[in-house]
Amino acid sequence: MLELKNVSYTVKAGKDSYDDRDHDIIRDLSLTVEPGKLIVITGPNGGGKSTLSKLIMGIEEPTAGTISFEGTDITHMPIDERARLGIGYGFQQPARFTGMKVSKLIRIASGEKHMSSAACNKYLSAVGLCSANYLDRDVDKSLSGGELKRIEIATILARNPKLAIFDEPEAGIDLWSFDKLTATFEELHKGQPDHTILIISHQERIMQMADEIIVIKDGQVARRGSRDEIYPTLMFSKNQDPACGFTRAAEAVTY
Amino acid sequence: MADTATIPAPAQGATGSEVDLDAISREMLEVIADMHGDTPGAVNIRKNGCLACRTNSEHVTITSKTDNPGIDIHVDAGCKNEHVHIPVVVTEEGVHDVVYNDFFIGAGADVYIVAGCGIHNGGDKDAEHDGIHRFFLEPGSHVVYVEKHYGEGEGTGARILNPTTEVHLGEGSSMEMEMVQIKGVSSTIRKTTGTLEADAKLVITEKLMTHGEQHATSDLDFEMVGDGATVRVISRSVARGNSVQVFHPNVTGAAACRGHVQCDSIIMDNARVTSIPAIDAKSTEAQLVHEAAIGKIAGEAITKLMTLGLTEEEAEEQILEDFLS
Ligand SMILES: Nc1ncnc2c1ncn2[C@@H]1O[C@H](COP(=O)(O)OP(=O)(O)OP(=O)(O)O)[C@@H](O)[C@H]1O
Ligand SMILES: [Mg+2]
Repeated sequence: MLELKNVSYTVKAGKDSYDDRDHDIIRDLSLTVEPGKLIVITGPNGGGKSTLSKLIMGIEEPTAGTISFEGTDITHMPIDERARLGIGYGFQQPARFTGMKVSKLIRIASGEKHMSSAACNKYLSAVGLCSANYLDRDVDKSLSGGELKRIEIATILARNPKLAIFDEPEAGIDLWSFDKLTATFEELHKGQPDHTILIISHQERIMQMADEIIVIKDGQVARRGSRDEIYPTLMFSKNQDPACGFTRAAEAVTY
Repeated sequence: MADTATIPAPAQGATGSEVDLDAISREMLEVIADMHGDTPGAVNIRKNGCLACRTNSEHVTITSKTDNPGIDIHVDAGCKNEHVHIPVVVTEEGVHDVVYNDFFIGAGADVYIVAGCGIHNGGDKDAEHDGIHRFFLEPGSHVVYVEKHYGEGEGTGARILNPTTEVHLGEGSSMEMEMVQIKGVSSTIRKTTGTLEADAKLVITEKLMTHGEQHATSDLDFEMVGDGATVRVISRSVARGNSVQVFHPNVTGAAACRGHVQCDSIIMDNARVTSIPAIDAKSTEAQLVHEAAIGKIAGEAITKLMTLGLTEEEAEEQILEDFLS
C-alpha cells in the first residue's frame, strides 16, 4: 500500500540546518509496506524515524526519490490531500491550540462536525483519558505533556486512516494509560484487517505486538524482518558502550 | 412601532421618538445582542440616536436621562438572574451618536447585561457611535456584561465606535466583562477604567479582530484599592491586512490584592500590533503579573489541522476562530 523508492532527504547548508554543512537525514531509502500489517519502526535517536514519517505524511518533501500510496504518486502532494487519501500521523511532539476544545479537535479529526460527546469520549477512554471531563478542556498550555500526547493519539483513532503512523505514542505516558494504549492498538489491528499501522517506538511491549520490525539507523533501513527474526537481535544490554552514555534509559538497546 | 412580537413594544411613558425596526436592524440585533425570539427581562433599543423601544421588568427600571442623551438603569438590590438588553444600532450615514448610560446595581443583585452596537453604513459619510457606560456595583452584587461591536455596509464611509466604560466595584462585588469587536469597525478607541474595593473581583476579556485599513486602540486601567481584590485582564486579538492595533492595559495594586494581565495577539499580512502591558504596585502586598505575546499563527498548528484533512486556508480560519472564541 505504501512504497518508498530511493528516498533521500538532505537539509542544505544554511537553510534549516544548524550549521553550514549539508545533512543527509534520510539516505537512498527504499521500503514497501503491505496492507494490514502492524509494523514497528525502531532505532537510535536521531536515526531519522520522525523524518521518515514526516516524508510519508508530506510535512517534509524528499530531495530525491518517490513515494506512492495505493498506487498514487504522492511524492509532492500537499499534506491535506494525503490526509484525505487515508494517511494519518500522530506527532511525536503534538501542537497546542489556544481556545480550541478537545471535543472540537476530535470532531475535526473524525470529520463528523456533530459527533456526540459520548462518541468523542469513546476515543478519549481508548487512550485512558476517562477520569475528568476532558472534552471541555482547551488543547493549550493547560494540558500536561502526557494528556496532550494521549489526545493526539485519540485524534488519529477518531480519524481512523487506512495508514496510521504513531510517532513514539508511549512517550510521557503513565503505566496505566500505557496498558490501555497497547490494548487499543491490539484491538485496532485485529478489528480492521485492511488497515495498516506504523508505530515508531522503543518499547518492548509495543515491539512484541509487531508483525514486522524495521530498524532505522543513519537515515537508512539497517534491518528489517518479522518480529521473531529481529526482536532477539535487539539485545537489551545492561552494559552499554560508554560512548553511548548520552542515550536515554529507554534506549538501553543495542541496535 | 415595532411590528412583531419578537421585539418588545415600548413601555408606557417611554420617551424619545419611536422608530421602526427594519430588517437590517433586526439582523444586527441578532449579531450584537443575540436577540431573536423573545428577549427576556428589561430591554432598551436605540436606533440612529433615538429610542426605538423599551420594556422594564419587575426589578429593572430604565429611565431616560434629562441632561444628556442616554439612560439610567436601576437594578433592585437582592434580585436574582435579571436580564437587561440595551443594544444600539446605527443604519444611517452621517450619524454621530453619543450616549451616556449609567448602571446602578443594588446590593446583592445578580444581573446579566448585554450591550453592543452595530453600524450599517451604506453611504460615503462616516457613522459614529460613542457609548459612555458607567457601572456602580453595590456590595455583594454580581454582573455579567457582554458587549459586541460590529460594522457592515457597502459604503466608503467609516464605521467608528469609541466606547468608554467605567466600573466601580463595591466591597465583595464581582463583574465579568466580555467585550468583543467582531469585525467591520473602521476605527475604534476603547477606554475602560475601574476601581475595586475590598474583595471585589473583576475578570475582563477583550477580543478584537481588525482587517483592511482598520485601527484599534484599547486602553484599560484598573486600580485595586481594597484588600482581597482581584483583577484579571485577558486580551486576545487578531490583526490582518494593513490594520493597526495598540493595547495599553494597566493594573494598579494599592492594597493586598492580585492582578494579572495577559495579552495574546496573532499578527498576519502587513498588520502591526503594539502591546504595552503595565503593572503598578503601590503596596508591598500587591501581587501583579503581566504577560504579552505577539506572533503569527503557529505553523505546527496549521500542519496538524492539515494532517486532519483541512486545507491550509481552512486550518488558518479554524485557528483564528478558536483563538477568538
Ligand atoms: N533541519 C534540520 N537540520 C539539520 N539536521 C536536522 C534537521 N532536522 C532534523 N535533523 C537531524 O536529523 C536527524 C534525524 O532526526 P529525526 O527526528 O528524524 O530522528 P528520530 O529517529 O526520530 O529520533 P528520536 O528517536 O530522537 O525521535 C537528527 O540527527 C536531527 O538532528
Ligand atoms: Mg523522532
